[in-house]
Amino acid sequence: MTADLPSASTSTSPAAEIRAAIVDITPAMVAAAPIGLLYGALATAKGMDVVDVLLASGLIFAGGAQLAAVQIWTYPVPIVALLVSTLLINARYILMSASLAPKVAHLRLLGRIVGFHVLADENWAMSERRAGGGRISAPYFFGMGAVFWVNWMAFSVLGALTGPLIGDPTRFGADFAFTAMFIALTAGFARSRTSVMVIVAAAASAALVHLTLGAPWHVLAGALTGIGVAAALGGGREERTA
Amino acid sequence: MTDQSATLVAILGMAAITFACRISGLLLGPRFRPTGRLRAAFDAIPPAVLTAVIAPTVLVTGPAETIAAAVAIVAALRSSMLVTILAGVAAVVALRHGFG
Repeated sequence: MTADLPSASTSTSPAAEIRAAIVDITPAMVAAAPIGLLYGALATAKGMDVVDVLLASGLIFAGGAQLAAVQIWTYPVPIVALLVSTLLINARYILMSASLAPKVAHLRLLGRIVGFHVLADENWAMSERRAGGGRISAPYFFGMGAVFWVNWMAFSVLGALTGPLIGDPTRFGADFAFTAMFIALTAGFARSRTSVMVIVAAAASAALVHLTLGAPWHVLAGALTGIGVAAALGGGREERTA
Repeated sequence: MTDQSATLVAILGMAAITFACRISGLLLGPRFRPTGRLRAAFDAIPPAVLTAVIAPTVLVTGPAETIAAAVAIVAALRSSMLVTILAGVAAVVALRHGFG
């Protein structure tokens, strides 16, 4: 931790900053809990053990990529497809970290690296809001990242431990909970005509490739089709929103 | 490679890629601000990838999954993630029973 460095954004105490961080991230932790349970249960149903789940949630710490990986997981393990899928899903972190970097530039490099390892959509958004264009304090940044990280690992492991006791999660339609969650996440991005066209194009392409080439290539094909549609349409929209 | 070691390689590889993406912003610095088509392409990544992952389940698995996905889409546009998940799961359980 680099809490010895001064926090420029606020004059409140470190304890108050950590409390504020926990209050801000609590709704996201509640929302992440069932997703973590589901991840652990689905991963063990695919043959991963509890240690695998703990490693994945602690080291990857990216729910979307982890759940997508479980979806395309098979034996022998399709390592290349898993890595490509992970890169495609997590490429957004390049932009998110570039945006947050100047707000933590006053912290030690090692601290920034550790803190950015636990940068997820939710705590990134909260940190950006807290910074408000200025700096963010070390206790707030690290406190929030730490509790959100531990929360995700704890519920993933709980899901991995309880999943086998409950039995095949697909009996309860739990496999479809993943699909429904991705529909909810996707709907959050469907804010413009361009994004709706991206979604339609990606869906059509992925379904077609799944029928022809098969899994897991539909992920790459669908993603590239959607991204291509956005790039083709993108120039004009940018001027209006800029 | 055994399944166990392949699992470990996959997890560590996914972790390394994710870490590289998260750290890259610290190297790119605040001047990396894509505009125009590049920005549009970056913005499209999350919905395009999320859609591509679930498209086979939604479109080419069976009528129960397709109809339940339609129910979930309606719920997602009107309600919270929790309601969307509950509605989608309830629909797929009922429809799989009906079509089964």
